[in-house]
Amino acid sequence: MQQLSLLLASLPDGILLGFVYGLAAMGLTLIWGVMNVINLSHGPIIALGMFGTFFLFIRMGINPYIGLIPVAGLGLLIGIVIYFVAVHRVINAPHLSSLLATFSVNMIIIGLGTAAFTTSPYNVDFNMGSFRLGSTTILGTRLIAALIAVLFTGGLYLFLYKTRPGRYIRAVTNNRAAAELMGVPSTRILALSFGLGTMLAAVSGALIATFFPFNILSGGSYELKSFVIGVLGGLGNPIGALLGGLILGVLEGIIPAFLETSWVPVIEFALFVVILLVRPKGLFGAK
Amino acid sequence: MKGKIVKLLTLLMVASLFLAACGGGATEAPAPAEPAEPAAPAEPAETEASEEPAQPAMEEQTVVIGFTSSLTGSQEVSSKRQVNGFNLWMEQVNEAGGVTLSDGTVVKFEAHTYDDESNAERVQELYTRLITEDNADFLISPYSSGLTSAASIVAEQNGKVMITTGAADDDTYKTGNTSLFQLYTPASLYMSSTVDMLKELDPEAKIALVHESDKFSTSVAEGIKPYLEANNFEIVLEEGYASDTADFGPIVNKISGSGATVLLGGGHYNDGTALARAIYDRNIGLKFVYLLVAPADTKFPELGDAALGVATSSQWELAATHNEAEASNLGVEWFGPSGEEFATAYEAAYGDPPTYHVAGGYAAGLVLQKAIIDADSVDPEAVKAALNAMDIMTFYGGTKFDTSEEAHGLQIAHKMVVAQWQKNEAGEFERVIIAPADVATADPLYAPSAP
Repeated sequence: MQQLSLLLASLPDGILLGFVYGLAAMGLTLIWGVMNVINLSHGPIIALGMFGTFFLFIRMGINPYIGLIPVAGLGLLIGIVIYFVAVHRVINAPHLSSLLATFSVNMIIIGLGTAAFTTSPYNVDFNMGSFRLGSTTILGTRLIAALIAVLFTGGLYLFLYKTRPGRYIRAVTNNRAAAELMGVPSTRILALSFGLGTMLAAVSGALIATFFPFNILSGGSYELKSFVIGVLGGLGNPIGALLGGLILGVLEGIIPAFLETSWVPVIEFALFVVILLVRPKGLFGAK
Repeated sequence: MKGKIVKLLTLLMVASLFLAACGGGATEAPAPAEPAEPAAPAEPAETEASEEPAQPAMEEQTVVIGFTSSLTGSQEVSSKRQVNGFNLWMEQVNEAGGVTLSDGTVVKFEAHTYDDESNAERVQELYTRLITEDNADFLISPYSSGLTSAASIVAEQNGKVMITTGAADDDTYKTGNTSLFQLYTPASLYMSSTVDMLKELDPEAKIALVHESDKFSTSVAEGIKPYLEANNFEIVLEEGYASDTADFGPIVNKISGSGATVLLGGGHYNDGTALARAIYDRNIGLKFVYLLVAPADTKFPELGDAALGVATSSQWELAATHNEAEASNLGVEWFGPSGEEFATAYEAAYGDPPTYHVAGGYAAGLVLQKAIIDADSVDPEAVKAALNAMDIMTFYGGTKFDTSEEAHGLQIAHKMVVAQWQKNEAGEFERVIIAPADVATADPLYAPSAP
């Protein structure tokens, strides 16, 4: 009975957090889907998004949700810069080259971030209240973050399916050579895709900062979660990433009801390996 | 293509785990061993042996003290403070002319240090380097029990005296070591003053024991359980959590579901702040929250109202600093500056008030200095013998080591206080002492009002 009560209390938390995990994973999976690059700088970009919220809110007094606009803009810009500096030249090289290139970017951001911000935790003292549903406490910050994650997912869907650049992205994803023959500026589209991926990572980080303390290394755990989610939902499938995020969030809500919380990562990564072995295209398949 | 994806993901997994494991190691290679430099000059402290040199200095000898500090990673906040304290001591003693031995030799000190990135593997590698390449004469421990345990193996293997500070775990001293000397009150006694206070405040309190699953925090939790049970407290929840936990929502829900009225637990700074925030956000009606380590730092009120009422054990507080009169009453020798002199010098050098981590770092140097004076030598065996015989009091508190074979080096004279974050009349946060009663500066805030 106590387990059931705990389950009911933790499940909504997990679901709401799952949407934000999904948003973070969507950035990773979008880049993989379009250009077959695993972006190992994903974690530090999430952390930069967290710091974006911190500086805009704590230092400039800007509401964290309004602050998402500049964070998203900067995330897009940083992604485009990373693409041209580190990824573009190795885009057609073996996968290991792009992996190492983004890993280098990861180390550079962490090094600069450590020098600038140290690794001590930062806290955004921001509260949107809470309300109770039976034994469950719903935090305002998590609810709004989940809604924003859904909005971004919808926005991404509309962008990919209803706009010209979005159609170009899908064309490049399907067949880059053919798209180029049709006059699609593939380099610019690849840079835009990379920028969109990092934008989603930065926004997810900015949202996470409204409910957890963080430091420059905090993005690492969300990057790992993003890989698990990407595999669950199918690498290259943004909607699958959102669903994968929800599954992971629900797992994080359910497991502590029955086991010690330290079992959560064990089960998550066991699931990662099982999905890779049994269904490498992910539960929802890759598009 | 499918096969390539699977291979790539396997590679990716390995790379990611490596990335996580290196914990943001921005510095792959250790920085060159250079003398650590304090941030600013500080007032010289009195050094007994240098006050009245028996004769003109015949020879100057530099003693190399080696240690690692966590400039990055999870232990950064407390570790940096500890190093600041040590550097202040070294600056003061060197400026005061060092320690003069009876043969006229003037002993001065030089620190060699590296960033251990809060990583135990790095600690072992770097302590080996400090001993074999930097020729460190004496060692100070890194911060945290886990890192110190790793360093202690290297120190013991090489027969180097290591003063351990910022490391409270008991087990390290129960493995037959002879070169380790602990300054902190052992972990098993960390919460005893808090439990004594709870006996008076609320003997019916239901306890949730929720702690980081690391060496130190587990040792504290395991140590206090028999004492809680002996005092008829009901432990309604006992749970460990991973050091890198960010989402404490499920844990807080568990605490709420257990019916606990008091939380005892936590671990270190990063997880402690996240846990305090999660408890505040959910307002689960706890009457008292006690967390290890994190609330002892002056940065803790950055959490805002989530810091209010959170208590911790403290190895040292200025408001309850030890003094010469106390030493005299106990019949032990007094050594070093007063707490006020230490605090003033630290604030002048570093700009903020010292925490117990700072005091622990300073005391490590002070105890080593006293041992060299007592030994009248820098010979490691003589210094070790002086440490074994030591029974002194400094501003930091009593210092005496267990010399039995079973627990050699364990601290047996140092006492802790319980501190709590409260608000003063101006609405500003201040850390007050709430126990033991004879040194308390304020009443405990029990069952603080809901946010």
